[in-house]
Amino acid sequence: MMKFAVVSFPGSNCDEDLYYAITDDLHEDATIVPHTATDLTEFDVILIPGGFSYGDYLRGGAIAKFAPVMSAVKAFAQAGKPVLGICNGFQILTEAGLLPGTLQHNRQMQFICEPEPLLVANNQTMFTAAFQDQQQITLPIAHGEGNYYCDAATLAKLRDRHQIAFTYQHNPNGSVSDIAGITNEAGNVLGMMPHPERAVEAIQGGTDGLLVFKSLLQAHLRTV
Amino acid sequence: MFLAQVHVTYKPSILDPQAVAIKNAMHRLDFDQVTAVRQGKYFEITVDAPTSDAAETQIEAICDQLLANPNMETYRYEVKELANQ
Repeated sequence: MMKFAVVSFPGSNCDEDLYYAITDDLHEDATIVPHTATDLTEFDVILIPGGFSYGDYLRGGAIAKFAPVMSAVKAFAQAGKPVLGICNGFQILTEAGLLPGTLQHNRQMQFICEPEPLLVANNQTMFTAAFQDQQQITLPIAHGEGNYYCDAATLAKLRDRHQIAFTYQHNPNGSVSDIAGITNEAGNVLGMMPHPERAVEAIQGGTDGLLVFKSLLQAHLRTV
Repeated sequence: MFLAQVHVTYKPSILDPQAVAIKNAMHRLDFDQVTAVRQGKYFEITVDAPTSDAAETQIEAICDQLLANPNMETYRYEVKELANQ
């Protein structure tokens, strides 16, 4: 069984959705790990869930980046193992310096909760290999601060190194270059605002999200 | 003891939709002469440091690591000595 860790901070609220996506739908092993954990070496993947860690006090992810578990997350990422941050998890990964850029307030200052059409901009990553190149998919978004911002030099690097994994088809929040999800340069850390764990069963309106987790499983099976 | 008064604001290049909404509200209240609004965060931090320089060093480290996100924000601060209590 592939072992997924779901890190739960005070204020995380998508941790159980992720847990059930992995156990009920991907049929692999998942453990909800508290923010106080210091050793994650037994796991194959770390998932950083959405929600409002530490109430989003100061800025989304600004307090979570100092949680005890984050040292273990950084060591895990530096070892080349996969780390996936979703929504607030994406904000935490940028604040922690594991991904470039920042998530700002949405351009229109509204919280958006909608199924959102996306494009798989790069299917050559361990998180997206189960998708077709440029595949059009739909995943739910639910955020007030999802407006991805980086400076022009960083954007040029993201493009040159094929770090843009997902883009919006109809930019809902003002993100630079329609960015919905990016990887780090090494390709083993992905941050995305859309929620793949909310699109894993037909009753949720679609199952496109399951392919993110299937991609990770395929990459894992190639290494064991 | 020293008191640091810290202001964190968005860089001018950063869109600040809250400030735009606040400016629009000012215009609805007929304050038509308002031409620009910027919103920021204000902190008062009391530091037990031996000198003003030592307090400033700590405040800068706190701003860089926690209070401001250097991608989109800048900060400025003043440190003043508090009278003995």
